[in-house]
Amino acid sequence: MNFELSEEQEMLKNSVARFVQDHYGIDKRKAILAGDRGFSTENWQIFSELGWLSIPFNEASGGFGGNAVDIMVLMEELGKGLVSEPYLATVLLFGSLVQALGTPEQKADLLRRVMAGELQGAFAWLERHSRFDLDDINTSATPSAEAWLLNGEKTVVFNGADADQLLVSARDSGDAAEIALFLVDANAAGVSRQAYRLMDGQLVANIRLVQAPASRLGSGGNAFTAMQAQVDAATLALCAEALGIMQYLQESTVEYARTRHQFGAPIGSFQALQHRLVETFMSCEQTRSMLYRAVCSTQEQSRQRQRDLHALKMMVARNGKLVGSEAIQIHGGMGLTDELPIGHYVKRLMMINTSFGNGDYHREKFVELGA
Amino acid sequence: MDTRFTKQEIAFREEARLFFAEAYTSDFKPRYEAADYRQWQIDWQKVLYERGWAAPGWPREYGGPGWTPTQRYIFEAERANADAPDVIPFGLKMAGPTIYTSGNEAQKAYFLPRILKSEDWWCQGYSETGAGSDLAALKTRAVADGDDYIVNGAKIWTTYAHYADWIFCLVRTSSEGKPQQGISFLLIDMTSPGIKVNPIITLDGQHSLNEVEFHEVRVPKANRIGEENKGWTYAKALLMHERTGIAGLANSMRGLAQLREMAATERHGGRPLLENPSFRHRLADVEVELLALEFTELRVLSTLAAGAAPGPESSLLKIKGTEIQQALQELSMEAAGYYQGVLTDERGKDDSGHPFGGAVRQQYMYGRAATVYAGSNEVQKNIIAKAVLGLA
Ligand SMILES: Cc1cc2nc3c(=O)[nH]c(=O)nc-3n(C[C@H](O)[C@H](O)[C@H](O)COP(=O)(O)OP(=O)(O)OC[C@H]3O[C@@H](n4cnc5c(N)ncnc54)[C@H](O)[C@@H]3O)c2cc1C
Repeated sequence: MNFELSEEQEMLKNSVARFVQDHYGIDKRKAILAGDRGFSTENWQIFSELGWLSIPFNEASGGFGGNAVDIMVLMEELGKGLVSEPYLATVLLFGSLVQALGTPEQKADLLRRVMAGELQGAFAWLERHSRFDLDDINTSATPSAEAWLLNGEKTVVFNGADADQLLVSARDSGDAAEIALFLVDANAAGVSRQAYRLMDGQLVANIRLVQAPASRLGSGGNAFTAMQAQVDAATLALCAEALGIMQYLQESTVEYARTRHQFGAPIGSFQALQHRLVETFMSCEQTRSMLYRAVCSTQEQSRQRQRDLHALKMMVARNGKLVGSEAIQIHGGMGLTDELPIGHYVKRLMMINTSFGNGDYHREKFVELGA
Repeated sequence: MDTRFTKQEIAFREEARLFFAEAYTSDFKPRYEAADYRQWQIDWQKVLYERGWAAPGWPREYGGPGWTPTQRYIFEAERANADAPDVIPFGLKMAGPTIYTSGNEAQKAYFLPRILKSEDWWCQGYSETGAGSDLAALKTRAVADGDDYIVNGAKIWTTYAHYADWIFCLVRTSSEGKPQQGISFLLIDMTSPGIKVNPIITLDGQHSLNEVEFHEVRVPKANRIGEENKGWTYAKALLMHERTGIAGLANSMRGLAQLREMAATERHGGRPLLENPSFRHRLADVEVELLALEFTELRVLSTLAAGAAPGPESSLLKIKGTEIQQALQELSMEAAGYYQGVLTDERGKDDSGHPFGGAVRQQYMYGRAATVYAGSNEVQKNIIAKAVLGLA
């Protein structure tokens, strides 16, 4: 029984923390997000140089072969710093799907470029009606002489506006009408993108595909299972990011309660607030335990792994909302300002809550799995 | 025990319904997109004024319609059902009642008709950086100088100060005795030399809040409400008013109906989200609270009708009302799924193609303020503990 991080993991944690200290902070973040792109290309190069873009890919592909703990450590620290670079979209979704499903040629080409920081990717699956169901999609893929042709519209595609390559889920027109993944050049004819921003600063896009030329990722078979597995891994990573955010909110709020005075005393001396901060503290600790549990069970049989992941996402939804709204409330008027980081952390937490299924959705899945 | 409306009340409801259908829907809604917000709001309040309905709570002698509490309740419900905007409270619901309750004849004669006609936009200058929940700690000073005061200091979180012609302020005129005893209530012309308004952007990305600085601002003593150093008494009476309105019951009833409509159009697992059991249960939890709160409000209204002043029970309305508002906003966010994050421009437009994601995000983020302003919910609980339960 051991909850210690390895030496390498400690180093990774410190290196992300140092990056946040040297290159991030709320004002730098705002400046980055005020630009045309959703992130800073300089930061992305630093990510590459520090090796973070190679963590989840196996050694055969030139990566570090990192595990779920490594990703958790990285994501929690990125969460604490409210780093908005598209690590999830390019590395954990696009990259990991290529790694899981791609042909040797696709892997060699695409993963090298991802790791070098030269390529931005996006996983385009959601459609207007899909809500949280990966398999509730209508985009179609039909074979033609040179390529597959895609038709449909994907919405709220993370990193969709900045991506060079898209991985699009579509139903091929074969007998089984299976859901498969297709690689689409984002600048190809037949692809039109409408970019817009989300409250957490992300630049996303709706992507319309009209006879858009595509190649199949991999050689077919089992694409949906692999897709679900990578989405699960990404969900776990998002929960680690959420915990980092909750930790930041909890610490800042406790600090504020210690220093803000009203009625001649620190507001943290009022028991009504003390008990609330104890509740949020316990919520953070319980979420951390659930995160560790889910990370540990990535080694286990699929049912237990699934169960722990649903439990974690439920807990992040519930406790994240509690910690977020208490942080704002206990900061009073200050908590409502755009100037203070608090609100920005809460907005990211809200987006994580709804990404890949909100609390209700995962509770239903948890119940369906049975005891 | 009977809460059915009388024949006259039913007739009044029809009259109000017809008014909103004609005055708001056909003429006003479309203008929202074009006009600037301040002017649009003023135009709407003038329409209410023309009908004699701008100030439902005012006594008849000052230009109010002389309605019973039940009529006011009906009017509010019809306004919300028509999606017509509420009036900006600072003039019609705050400065006005303070002036007719505690002001002198000259102040009544000058200000009340202007407020009624929405000729002046008002804002509320109470809070300061060091004086939020502990309002009596305020430091903005007014020092007598002949027939005037000279005001120095700064107010913060002042909603719509950047639109305002007048601000009603609590200022310190004495440091003797208890902090509450040295406060006076001043009406200050926003065009006075020495006033500076600095914007504060809220986390929904909008500009409604401000910091208002006062540098050697000269204010005639004639603009003081009531006696010097008695401002706290006038302000407290006003806060009670502020809290009753803030339950926002009619808006929440309307909000619940709209949430149902939204959930009927969103899909979940190939079916309308409104059919999803988890969602329905959560909706029911909010609805039950709302059904009870409606009767809590009616109970308070009936004591008002009997001539009593709103008491500390209004804190209950504020707490429960804002909790319900926030629960509805949270559910609306959940209903929007991924689209709950969509950012909009100043006119509320966005490129996502989703009908309500951007709007519910804005309401949710700004809605966090409802448990903070007008006396935070924690402060309201302290009031109930002391004044109602006697737990001093
Ligand atoms: C959107 C918005 C609009 C506003 N508009 C106006 C306006 O137009 N005019 C104006 O004058 N003011 C306005 N305010 C200010 C508002 O009234 C104050 O924010 C409020 O009184 C709280 O004060 P504070 O922000 O200083 O928080 P603080 O008083 O510092 O409170 C911080 C936290 O501590 C809690 N707390 C404080 N004391 C206690 C206690 N004794 N026991 C338990 N908990 C306690 C509070 O409830 C809060 O959660 C507005 C505020 C907002 C957010």
